[in-house]
Amino acid sequence: METHPALALIRFGLGRRGDEDVPADPGAWLQAQLDGPGTPAYPDGLSSVADALNALHQLGELRKISKTKIDPKDDPVVPLMKADAAAECGQWLSAEDSFRERLVLFWTNHFTVSRRTGACGPLIGPFIREAIRPNVNGDFGTMLLAVMRHPAMLVYLNNAQSAGPDSVGGLRRHVGLNENLGRECLELHTVSPAAGYTQADVTAMASIITGWSIKPDGDDAGFLFRRRAHEPGSKILMGREFPEGEEGGIEALAFLAVHPSTARHLATKLARHFVADDPPPALVERIADRYLATSGNLPEVMRVVIASPEAWQGLSKLRTPLDFTCASMRAVNLPGDQSKRVASAMNAMGQPLWNAPSPKGWSDLASDWVDPATLLRRVEFAYQLSGSANNQDPVALTDVALGPFAAKPLKTAVANAGSRREAIALLFSSPEFWRR
Amino acid sequence: MPKPLAFTIGRRSLLLGMPALAFAGGIRTAFAYAPTDQRLVVVLLRGAMDGLSVVAPYGSPQLAGLRGGLMLPEPGQPGGLLDLGGQFGLHPSLAGLHGMYSDGELLILHAVAGPYRSRSHFDAQDMMESGADHRLDSGWLNRAAGAMPPPASESARPLVAGLSMPLLMEGAVPVSSYAPDKLADKMPAALWDQVAMLSAADPLIGPAVQEGLASRSYDAGVVAQMQGATGDLARFSGPAGQLLAAPDGPRIAALEIGGWDTHQAQKPRLAQTLKLLDDGMVALKGGLGPAWSKTAVLVITEFGRTARENGTNGTDHGTASACFVLGGAVAGGRVGGTWPGLADNQLFENRDLDPTTDMWSVAKGLLAEHMGVRSAAFRAIFPGSSADPASGLIRRV
Repeated sequence: METHPALALIRFGLGRRGDEDVPADPGAWLQAQLDGPGTPAYPDGLSSVADALNALHQLGELRKISKTKIDPKDDPVVPLMKADAAAECGQWLSAEDSFRERLVLFWTNHFTVSRRTGACGPLIGPFIREAIRPNVNGDFGTMLLAVMRHPAMLVYLNNAQSAGPDSVGGLRRHVGLNENLGRECLELHTVSPAAGYTQADVTAMASIITGWSIKPDGDDAGFLFRRRAHEPGSKILMGREFPEGEEGGIEALAFLAVHPSTARHLATKLARHFVADDPPPALVERIADRYLATSGNLPEVMRVVIASPEAWQGLSKLRTPLDFTCASMRAVNLPGDQSKRVASAMNAMGQPLWNAPSPKGWSDLASDWVDPATLLRRVEFAYQLSGSANNQDPVALTDVALGPFAAKPLKTAVANAGSRREAIALLFSSPEFWRR
Repeated sequence: MPKPLAFTIGRRSLLLGMPALAFAGGIRTAFAYAPTDQRLVVVLLRGAMDGLSVVAPYGSPQLAGLRGGLMLPEPGQPGGLLDLGGQFGLHPSLAGLHGMYSDGELLILHAVAGPYRSRSHFDAQDMMESGADHRLDSGWLNRAAGAMPPPASESARPLVAGLSMPLLMEGAVPVSSYAPDKLADKMPAALWDQVAMLSAADPLIGPAVQEGLASRSYDAGVVAQMQGATGDLARFSGPAGQLLAAPDGPRIAALEIGGWDTHQAQKPRLAQTLKLLDDGMVALKGGLGPAWSKTAVLVITEFGRTARENGTNGTDHGTASACFVLGGAVAGGRVGGTWPGLADNQLFENRDLDPTTDMWSVAKGLLAEHMGVRSAAFRAIFPGSSADPASGLIRRV
């Protein structure tokens, strides 16, 4: 099979860095990143979920005693969020195993948690570090469980407050079920509506995970199973019976993780992400088959993707703003913390950092990103970035960024541009650079 | 016929009867002013300004034959050149500069080029900024700052007014920078045009880019209609002038403006870019206020353009161009340099305006006469340059 060396970094990775070699053997380069957790060498001092929950708790206490708005410099949550953004953006821009970083981004988006729910803000970094990264090269079921028990998801989709109507707490406090996480778990995270589940299944799933909640402070702040909020009795989900208790939720998630509909749903999303907006059905079939045969072992599934000829055919995917920002900034490879620049660029281009509008996450379809106004902001970003890279060789940079995919009109334009800056702006504004 | 790059007095005839720049070896540093009170601003025109359109030798018999559709009406006619004394005319977009010329504050030097011979923008800009015939890690203006008394305070550091640091100012001497906001850093109109062209054939991106530009009232191909489409120089230069005017402010500053690479549709594009330059220089003077009298501004471009019009109503990369020296301290009101002529055998490689004045002699002259830099420092500032410092650039008080 023809595997294009340059494509490994462009399609599967986050773009070639200025100081990065094109892998001699792209297949081996990719395979090597399907081993081990996607946990990089982070800077010291990043928060755990317990740190983040305690900071949120502290902020709540401050608000109780403060008559005015909390000054951002006194807000205990703000420094954690800044550190998270710096750490994750740092990985995107500097990672040598950028295929694994792309997998981290893919699964982070699959299991979207968003800053649009304010309290999620400081929990997203810990969520990525604790629930996503350790599991990108493991079984999907393990990741699913880690996600569903993580405070970021429990806060974002309101399960922390959900109580069984017949539970001790529910009866006493007259509170009840919140279906949000149960529904999205079925619709978005696992089987998808194609599985044909009913409202009764949604209610059952939500009931199964009642009591999956949070201890908000203390050294052991984090996931807490609140038996008093748990709906008593066994539940029937998609024709299966699951027992009362925390175990029932664990079993239900394990069942959903290896469901044929989950296999098909995830296979479609993976093929769409790595091959084409409208992926070839035969490829989806092969991925789903492998998924079922390995009970959702993600490296095995990804091996099917990277071994498929369909994944090595030209630049078929439009880069999202995140992809575009990473690829351009990796190419120019500026020193220092660039997270503010990344965040402001993504904001301007319509994909604000960790701010997806809904639990569905960001779209993976070109049609959702070819918005005229935000595309022009890519050009403006390209011009601004090129101002910081005006000491670089535009011709060499074009080779770094696109290799053989730079078309002749672009090469000519770059070579003849009026300045380094203009040449680099043209490179990053070209249709080939906007694709991967 | 290869021609020497440095020239000596009287070697060539001058048009206009203007006194030639005098080039004196071994500059003496006898100044009637404290060196730290003088201001020097360098403006880089990136993309290669067409000197023959900007300072048009309308008295030249060959001009019409070379330039065809690029010709502007002679002085006195509607939309015509602004007269510079009978042989040369200034582009009508440069009304502000023409006023300075009339007030004796603008010295125009024609047929100027760096000693390098490259028609690559990137290489030539590197050399123009490095002050050498190859790219260095530092710029000549920074090294020149190092040869002057160090700034008394941080506020007096050399200033870059712009969003990017030009190589010209890179180096050992710490510099400060000023930028009003990101919106001021607008992309040149011609670059938008190129972006639109690059994506035009793309079925997905092309229409979206076109639509985006249309919604910004951008009529593709008619870049001249875009208002303020090139980086708005005045928004940088006005405040830069104010900073320079402060008693404890910087004494050296660098500015840049792109949009000069006029391979096609040169007439409207050049008119627009020149207007921005003109507004920028007027704003700089306004910002400086009384300090304008102690200021010299050097405006240079990496090379000139072809003497002949090309096939797309523009000009291609050439060699010599014009250079401006302006300011209240400048001995202006004249066109200087050595006019090489436009006959085929007078053109450089039968193609470009022949360089008769070395850009480094002009820069050295300003550093020596205006900023008190000793000639011994020139070896480090312009390594490998044997050009003598020009004299007579600065008004004698």
